[in-house]
Amino acid sequence: MSAPGWSVRRTSTLLWAVTLTLGLLIGLGVYTFVYARGGSYLTDKPEACVNCHVMRDQYAGWIKGSHRSVAVCNDCHTPDSMIEKYAAKAMYGFLHAYAFTTGRFPDEIQITPHMHGLTERACLKCHAAIVQAMTVTGANREKLTCLRCHGDVGHE
Amino acid sequence: MNSTRTLILALVLATAATFAVAALLVNIFQRKEEEKQAFFRVVELTDDIEDPAVWGKNFPFQYDAYTRTVDQVRTRFGGSEAVPRTPTEADPRSVAAQSKLEEDPRLKTIWAGYAFAHDFREERGHAHMLEDQTYTERQIVAKQPGTCLQCHSSVYTAMKKLGDGDLFKGFDKMNSLPYAEARSLVSHPVTCIDCHAPDTMQLRITRPAFIEGLRALKEHEGVKDYDVNTMATRQEMRSFVCGQCHVEYYFKGPEKRLVYPWTKGLRVDDVLAYYEETQFKDWTHAETGAPVLKAQHPEFEMWNQGIHARSGVACADCHMPYKREGAMKLSDHHVRSPLLNINRACQTCHKWPEAELKDRVETIQHRTFELRNRAMDAIVALIRDLAAAKKSGRGDDVLAPAQALQRKAQFMVDFVEAENSMGFHAPQEAARILGEAIDYARQGQLAVRGETGPKR
Repeated sequence: MSAPGWSVRRTSTLLWAVTLTLGLLIGLGVYTFVYARGGSYLTDKPEACVNCHVMRDQYAGWIKGSHRSVAVCNDCHTPDSMIEKYAAKAMYGFLHAYAFTTGRFPDEIQITPHMHGLTERACLKCHAAIVQAMTVTGANREKLTCLRCHGDVGHE
Repeated sequence: MNSTRTLILALVLATAATFAVAALLVNIFQRKEEEKQAFFRVVELTDDIEDPAVWGKNFPFQYDAYTRTVDQVRTRFGGSEAVPRTPTEADPRSVAAQSKLEEDPRLKTIWAGYAFAHDFREERGHAHMLEDQTYTERQIVAKQPGTCLQCHSSVYTAMKKLGDGDLFKGFDKMNSLPYAEARSLVSHPVTCIDCHAPDTMQLRITRPAFIEGLRALKEHEGVKDYDVNTMATRQEMRSFVCGQCHVEYYFKGPEKRLVYPWTKGLRVDDVLAYYEETQFKDWTHAETGAPVLKAQHPEFEMWNQGIHARSGVACADCHMPYKREGAMKLSDHHVRSPLLNINRACQTCHKWPEAELKDRVETIQHRTFELRNRAMDAIVALIRDLAAAKKSGRGDDVLAPAQALQRKAQFMVDFVEAENSMGFHAPQEAARILGEAIDYARQGQLAVRGETGPKR
């Protein structure tokens, strides 16, 4: 019976194939990560946000805006706590990469309701004291948003 | 056996993942390449090349969008429908736009005795401008001059040739040619060269009538010797190139010279004052004998009275908004209604949902439309009264003041009706014009009865 010997040879061939393919995958993966400046996305640097050209207008607006010396993109677009922050980064990183890869997004990009909420809360990180009178009172408090009037403070 | 199956599964998964990573890598590479904004000059453009396909070799994205102006899409108050028709020897078109005369027969009464009462259709896109003018029935019922081609074709190179290099000389010559003869000199609808300089791609004005019209307007505003091609800002040029044609105009004298009546200003009252002073009339109204005027698509003038012009928003900002091709930012040369492109046209400045913005525009247009209908009824009523008075043999002492009021009222209604935005370019101005037109029609009816309205 040559079956067991044959089986062993087949298994070892497969093992080689899997190992090589995995090696290729890891190599290619690491190269892609470096080539796409993947590491930059783990930082808070605003330059990372203009790795792809879609955010150029927003970046240029921020450079010339009033908040450039006190806040970077992540200060307003991600939460403060470490876990929440990287969860938001992962989610929006995926969504942005998906949109940019498929090309399915409008030229005038639009904020999602969730991100709108994030930025809205971000205003309070610094300005909570001064708007305290507004945020604690008012019948339609839910509808009162900073961005309704101050939509262009971060970037045009 | 089990380990074999696991290994095969691992191999398949690893292969699929490698495949996906490789595809992603290529996609990232492409996106990075796009950013380099490559521009390849494959042909040398000169000031004599009018064929847009040649320009398109250097600027494929712009050319591709430009060719899309063949489309026929409706909006609530504009755009056109592709109406099939049987081609004839005289008119080989198999598709035309819907007739506005059939949509609103009051226009026939208002334009009685004029070529427009025979054939008047919804305007189609830029690509159709030349054929639609060549084959309109207006050509059959009236003898048209070569002047018409100023805005229905790419005449720049033809004019230069006709004037032996002198644009203005060629302009004068072409105006006085019969239409058919001038038509044989041109072959394209508006093209790249009509708005762009071939060496720098900078915007420039090629229509003598606009150069002269704007100089007259600036003189009225106190600026001497205005030269649009050297003195206008880039943002102004992004409206001026459109204003070369989307304006009110008339043909002056027997040589049929194209003139934009702007020596007193751009408002309808200023234009009307110019026509009163020069005693110009387009035709004599067939039913009332009034010396009447026809206003023609005064988009540039109307836009100038509105909030967008005042805020520095140019025609191109909404009708040719910026778009992205890869990382390249370029003007959309598919010139069309902003309502068909709300994201790029409106949302750059107005951060509201598309449905909300569309609703705002249509509310303005609907209000203007209602008022326009009232105004047209008022004019038709005056025409009916005036025609009856004429028939019953009333003297000129009664007819002449009423005819003068018909001339005024009719021109003002036409100024809004012929303007292609249904009031949107300047909502309050459009309402003011229509309101005054209704009052002039009322005064006209009083005049027919031998009464005069209150002095104002």
